[in-house]
Amino acid sequence: MSQPFRTHSGGRIDRNKQLTFQFDGEELTGVEGDTLASALLANGRHLVGRSFKYHRPRGILTAGSEEPNALVGIYRKGDQTPNLRATQVELYDGLKAISQNRFPSLDFDVGAVNDLLSPLFPAGFYYKTFMWPRAFWDRVYEPIIRAAAGLGKPPINPDHDTYGNLYAHCDVLVIGSGPAGLAAALAAAETGARVILCDEQSEFGGSLLSESDATIDGKSATEWVEDSIRSLSAKDNVTLLPRTTAFGYFAQNFVSLAERVTEHMADPDPALPRERLWQVRAKEVVIAAGAIERPMVFPENDRPGIMLADAGRTYLNRYGVKVGDNVLVATACDTAWQAAFDLADRGVDIAAIADMREKPSEALLSVAHARGIRVETGCVITGTQGRKRVSGALLGRVTSGGVTSAGEVTCDALLMSGGWTPTVSLYSQSRGKVVWDDTLGTFVPGAPVQNERSAGACAGVYGLSATLEAGYNAGEQAAKAATGKTAKLARAEANGADAGNGGILGALPHDRNASKVKAFVDYQNDVTAKDVKLAVREGMHSIEHIKRYTTTGMATDQGRLSNLNALQIASTSLGKPLTDVGLTTFRQPYTPTTFGVFANVSRGDFFDPVRRTPSHDWVVENDGVFEDVGQWKRTWYFPINGEDMHAAVARECETVRKSVGLFDASTLGKIEVVGPDAAEFLERMYTNPWKKLGVGRCRYGLLLNEAGFIIDDGVIGRLAEDRFHVTTTTGGAAHVFATMEDYLQTEWPDLNVWITSTTEQYAVCAVQGPKAREVIAPFVEGIDLSPDAFPHMSVATGTFCGVPCRLMRISFTGELGFEVNIPRRHGKMVWETLAKEIEKHDGTVYGTETMHVLRAEKGYIIVGQETDGTVTPHDVGMSWAIGKNKFDFVGKRGLQRPDLVAEGRKQLVGLLTKDPKVVLEEGAQVTKLANPPAGTSAEGHVTSSYHSSVLGRSIALAMVKGGRDLMGKTLHVPMPSGAIEVEVTDTIFVDKEGGRVNG
Amino acid sequence: MLLIYCPYCEVERPELEFRCGGEAHIARPTDPSTQSDEQWADFLYMRTNTKGIYAERWRHIHGCGRFFNALRETVGDKFLKVYKTGEPKPDLDAIAKEASR
Repeated sequence: MSQPFRTHSGGRIDRNKQLTFQFDGEELTGVEGDTLASALLANGRHLVGRSFKYHRPRGILTAGSEEPNALVGIYRKGDQTPNLRATQVELYDGLKAISQNRFPSLDFDVGAVNDLLSPLFPAGFYYKTFMWPRAFWDRVYEPIIRAAAGLGKPPINPDHDTYGNLYAHCDVLVIGSGPAGLAAALAAAETGARVILCDEQSEFGGSLLSESDATIDGKSATEWVEDSIRSLSAKDNVTLLPRTTAFGYFAQNFVSLAERVTEHMADPDPALPRERLWQVRAKEVVIAAGAIERPMVFPENDRPGIMLADAGRTYLNRYGVKVGDNVLVATACDTAWQAAFDLADRGVDIAAIADMREKPSEALLSVAHARGIRVETGCVITGTQGRKRVSGALLGRVTSGGVTSAGEVTCDALLMSGGWTPTVSLYSQSRGKVVWDDTLGTFVPGAPVQNERSAGACAGVYGLSATLEAGYNAGEQAAKAATGKTAKLARAEANGADAGNGGILGALPHDRNASKVKAFVDYQNDVTAKDVKLAVREGMHSIEHIKRYTTTGMATDQGRLSNLNALQIASTSLGKPLTDVGLTTFRQPYTPTTFGVFANVSRGDFFDPVRRTPSHDWVVENDGVFEDVGQWKRTWYFPINGEDMHAAVARECETVRKSVGLFDASTLGKIEVVGPDAAEFLERMYTNPWKKLGVGRCRYGLLLNEAGFIIDDGVIGRLAEDRFHVTTTTGGAAHVFATMEDYLQTEWPDLNVWITSTTEQYAVCAVQGPKAREVIAPFVEGIDLSPDAFPHMSVATGTFCGVPCRLMRISFTGELGFEVNIPRRHGKMVWETLAKEIEKHDGTVYGTETMHVLRAEKGYIIVGQETDGTVTPHDVGMSWAIGKNKFDFVGKRGLQRPDLVAEGRKQLVGLLTKDPKVVLEEGAQVTKLANPPAGTSAEGHVTSSYHSSVLGRSIALAMVKGGRDLMGKTLHVPMPSGAIEVEVTDTIFVDKEGGRVNG
Repeated sequence: MLLIYCPYCEVERPELEFRCGGEAHIARPTDPSTQSDEQWADFLYMRTNTKGIYAERWRHIHGCGRFFNALRETVGDKFLKVYKTGEPKPDLDAIAKEASR
């Protein structure tokens, strides 16, 4: 075995299954059950990355998801995923990992010069440094900052993985499977409640997997875990989810879990997703998230080889890896002593145990004595040596007058423990308020806000016996609250793993030059004790300000490692009690979560539905060009023989005016309004009068909001006394329908009316042009098409090509026009029939661009183009559409508002450029002067502008202040290339008399 | 995502099925022409936007399609009560007292 730091036996690994992996190109081996971190440590590798700001060499600090230093990139399927925590990456054969934030290599990183220049980079340096010269920002500072920012490099290719999503309901969700979580799951499952147990690690058991000599029911801790999981997995009412992080706790006990499905496999089934999002609605939640050990803040506490004491113990007992040959233990609490004892029992030299407390317990002292371990009490670390691996430490004796040197100790690893911090993240996400516990010296969950309870170490309950008891109780209570059922499960009896005492917050005292040394508080963001003090000196007195100024607590662990130390340092500097400084809020997600799991299946074609009309396939075959209109694919224009858009649109326009054109109008919204009060309802909704509209007749309808502004328009046909066919704009269909429902249900429940959206029920083929009647006539049955029997603005039902049809004689081109509404399933057939038929009449198919030009030539508005939500019917010259004698309609009172009847409102006018070849820009400003002085307001803006091939010149519509009084006047449209002269005209450019629609 | 109880379907359904329709109990005047400009501006734009218990219109748009009213506590984002359109506005003080218990 080539792993020099691997123990010969023990742990949750299989030494017979050797795995080969690469780290920065170097081939190494590990064993099954390893994480990347444990495998690197087994090879004696502590240096795994460079720090964010100073590029200091960094090693593995923890054994969990809170790891701040060991962030690596993993190559898979030809691309690299950055910033994965080596402590969570499970080893598989062939795994390829790279270190990050170093150039050219991990061992030699030029960025490390930042460490020497660190006096230039204090907290908030970017607020102070990059202020001047102003011109340097775009070309110098920003590119440099961008290049230096971040740790890993983003992947290059689109995400090649798939992700799953499922919703789940349960009675009790247990988060975490340490002693408290397991006991809770066992107790809840016993009642028959539906239980989901999730844990972010690959194996259930939490801290029990690292236990050395504790027993439960006479079994070793790991045997008890295995037995418990076996019994849980045998139950139908239990779902076990390993590798599953509860990352978000939302309202009403809605908890999001991210399950890593295949990332730990060398060769997964391609049908399986990379991750699965579980959206769990739990009646009750048991949070058993455990506690995290706190680093100690002493000078140079960040060298590779320095790690948390419990992590050292976990690597030894769970992964069979010694973190060094000669280990120094620095602590302020009891639990780290156990790490020293376990290592000593495995033959590792313990350089010393330095406990900053004057009098650790006699029991610990005697165990240490029996093993011949050197113990220094009242002693802190005041510095460390070694560049890429710790090689020694300075000890200091804490006295009443300060700290005096107590010599040096050589070591190749340093385990530290500042005590334990309960993981209150999920409780905090559930909107609970944490409370300070003076005895424990930490924050613990306060009263529950949702249906949850915290159990075990995350609630400040330590010691195996007490934790198990808390778990059982939480499980029983949760099940009872969720289902009303109870069952008393026999309590397992635990021996060993008792609660320890002690702990320290904040920076440790030392005898070094405080302005020179770096004692790190937040490793990932390179925040030192000095930075926090500086922030306080510079006026940041709230922890929220200190956090943002120094970036402490903004790393991927959200301050789980650093918060309390930073708070204590701030509190000391401010001379305020710690609880008065406040605690920042923990937010979702608990640990970094992939974008993939959020985006899930909503990508590519599934990102947004695509709506296609019945002519779609025909258009594709005939080389039509599409444009997106909301979710719809509409045909923009139909180029033939290599025409560009300009040429195609010119030809289409001329053909429609000369002979005939076919247009797919299926996207227009359609609403069927039915009932005895249908006319009364439309009377109240639309500005126009409807009661006297004859059956078989159509009318243009204008819809306002209550403020008096135009929100939609469309032609409405009366099919029977009690039945109307309402059309809306393409984009307004859903909103108009919802607005109608709102009024019907909540304002006028007295009206006997039903409305139904029929947009998808009908395909609509618009046939427009002088020959329109000839084109449709052969296919129409049951409707007399003669001008007298079926004049402009008529509607009738009959058959078309043998299928039921609603035929409307309406025009959005100013030409003789028909709109053929047929059931959608026949739309393709009818479209293809008409497309063939118009060829006989030298006609053309046309798209939305031609439709826009033709209607602009007639001065017809498009809601949303001429109007913008602040435009009234009067403004666009449509006072004629308002029923003057109507008692009320939506927007009638709004139209009387002082601002809406005031002089000088913008009005719709036509604009003709003096140079007919110049086409104005839509949206361009219209001014009185060609070169208005700076600060002059515009008189209006161009709303529509096209080249009209029929007229052989450009045309435009514009909203201009008092525009209708400016006919014939010259205005200007200033552009970067100079102002364009325009003449104000009326809005109708073609067929001013309007006779053509009657053809 | 919230769970919302539809008083017509008589089921709890996820928020995705619903649309909020703004403050409830703002009736459109039966004869708007009698409204002064101030009254009409008030009807159009002024909402109480309460921090606390707020009566809102909700529509079960992807279910039965019907509007109903709900009391929502806007700080904790909690639904305290739902009731059908046309039913009177509940006594908010009494509801607040009950919720604080």
